Amino acid sequence: MIRVLAPLPVLLPLLAAGLTLVLGRFPRLQRTVAVAVLGAVLGISVVLLVNANASALGAEATTVGGWPAELGISLVVDRLSAVMLVVGTTVTFGVLLYAIGQGSADAREGDPPPVSIFYPTYLVLTAGVCNAFLAADLFNLFVGFEVLLAASYVLLTLGGTGPRIRAGVTYVVMSLLSSTIFLIGIGFTYAATGTLNLAQLAERIGALPEATQTLLQVALLVAFGIKAAVFPLSAWLPDSYPTAPTPITAVFAGLLTKVGVYAIIRVQTLLFPSGALDGLLLWTALATMLVGILGAIAQTDLKRMLSFTLVSHIGYMVFGIGLATTAGFAGAIFYVAHHILIQTTLFLAAGLVEFGAGSTLISRLGGLARVAPVIAVLFFVPAMNLAGIPPLSGFIGKLGLLEAGAQVGSPLAWALVGGSVLTSLLTLYAVAKVWNRAFWHPVENDDAPESEPGPMRSQVRLMVGATAGFTVVTLGLTVFAGPLYGLADRAAQDLLARRPYVDAVLHQPAPAGPVAAPVGGAP
Amino acid sequence: MTVDLTLVALTAVLYVAGFYLLLDRSLTRLLLGVVLLGNATNLLLLSAGGPGGFAPVIGIAPLAQMSDPLVQAMILTAIVITLGLVAFVLALIHRNFELGQEEPEPGVTVEELDEVVDDEDDVRIALLAGQADTDDDDERDEPDDFDLLDHGGPAAPPAERAP
Repeated sequence: MIRVLAPLPVLLPLLAAGLTLVLGRFPRLQRTVAVAVLGAVLGISVVLLVNANASALGAEATTVGGWPAELGISLVVDRLSAVMLVVGTTVTFGVLLYAIGQGSADAREGDPPPVSIFYPTYLVLTAGVCNAFLAADLFNLFVGFEVLLAASYVLLTLGGTGPRIRAGVTYVVMSLLSSTIFLIGIGFTYAATGTLNLAQLAERIGALPEATQTLLQVALLVAFGIKAAVFPLSAWLPDSYPTAPTPITAVFAGLLTKVGVYAIIRVQTLLFPSGALDGLLLWTALATMLVGILGAIAQTDLKRMLSFTLVSHIGYMVFGIGLATTAGFAGAIFYVAHHILIQTTLFLAAGLVEFGAGSTLISRLGGLARVAPVIAVLFFVPAMNLAGIPPLSGFIGKLGLLEAGAQVGSPLAWALVGGSVLTSLLTLYAVAKVWNRAFWHPVENDDAPESEPGPMRSQVRLMVGATAGFTVVTLGLTVFAGPLYGLADRAAQDLLARRPYVDAVLHQPAPAGPVAAPVGGAP
Repeated sequence: MTVDLTLVALTAVLYVAGFYLLLDRSLTRLLLGVVLLGNATNLLLLSAGGPGGFAPVIGIAPLAQMSDPLVQAMILTAIVITLGLVAFVLALIHRNFELGQEEPEPGVTVEELDEVVDDEDDVRIALLAGQADTDDDDERDEPDDFDLLDHGGPAAPPAERAP
């Protein structure tokens, strides 16, 4: 079954992208196709997760086109990639609903209708993200990254207004640079080992001289570090994300940086288990947390503040990765899943604030708790979750990481534990500042519209509904934290054991159905 | 593994020139930098495949004398990606130039229309930090601070107590 299902999360959105492009003149059909396909991909991802979790190895692989694994392009669904796939498609699906609501709401304001390019590009973005999660060789991972980045360039500069072009230039140049570094890393890896298949690399890289290994590791970590916005490679993020339309910022903030984190987890465990750079990772994690959150406190704009907290909380994941223990990786995986959902929810809530109050400048906001109590709740719950207030999932993730740090017990690990607690408190300060100002503080300027005119309600309902749906999902993470953390823990064990992944790719059981022999009499 | 020295030297020169151009404020030069970096990386991939040889078609030459087809496939993919992205960046630059021409600001030359612009929020926060240094007895967020810096908006009236 995996042979059929695994390529679908990449294939379906790509085909649908082509279809929606053809249907450019029929927005309603475009919308239906996009929703149906992303819903289907979400369903497939859940099936893949259940399947992978139930399989003997905890990982399943398939090679596209029936070639042997060394030659063909393999796709692997193990527990980690399946979890990422499910969380990622949940986000793209939910945000699509929000975008539809906002698109029709904006159109009503007299703006030109949303450009017909949105749906195709958004679907391509989804395909790129899924491809990156499923890729079992470095070059396919690169292609996945490029697909999602190319789509993200278009989405970020949608409409071509001044601020978006400015932000787009920063974003595109930084991404091009990181892709170049990634490609350089790929070239070095191929020159040193003669393969790019991750499973084969896992077997061959250990035999290389230590200096060569470190060089490859640094090249790949720098490339992924830029994409994941790990300090000091994070400066591009707060300048580029907040200018895009809200749903796009939400997907970028929630998902795109985490694809970088996923890639870091993958190469750190599969290719470089020696842990040569773990100390460096821990230091950058500490710097990322603190610099990010201090930046967040200084901001005067809600979306920019959230972008800085995003940078800051990437530090938690790198912390777990740098510990390189089962508990550390389990904490990091749980935190990634939690943070993707929570950050998306917060940006969507910020979009609602912008919609209701006409601005995200914190000084312009006020009294929202009275005017829009629903928005207030939808902001408050994820904000508290982000700060890690018990018993929400943010607290559980942070607690797991703190325990993992304490287990390692080195001075640096303890410093990280302290840094995590401090960052958590400062996050609480940053979001509480916004809360007091925007929601509790009395209204100061009357030019901001206090409530939307009547006819908009039905579209806004979809936006609020999508945000509320995300809030419920994040609360679900809290309620089902036990089994989910267990899943993260098993994923972490698989990662550190390394064998399941390698066995799944290189020693696939013979496919059940007949496979056509490769054409031609190759010896 | 044997590597062609000319290829390596050329790659190095392209990288140096590419990174130098990437640091320029002018967007056109920046784009040229991106193109050079892309080409340099393609050459690097080519040298990663080892020495050149016969075309990798079964029956033309013994296996050992064939060149590595995989790197060439990768380069082909990389070229296509670079081409698409360069076209996109060109469009960005053009749009940036167009926007600058639509709303000309006094004292801005045509060359400067092609340049990277500072982020507005960064500038505002830097200004705020400067203000906080001058009157540091008041550390609370005074709304007036922001309104002074907002473009053209009248200063907000002092906070009115809600009934």
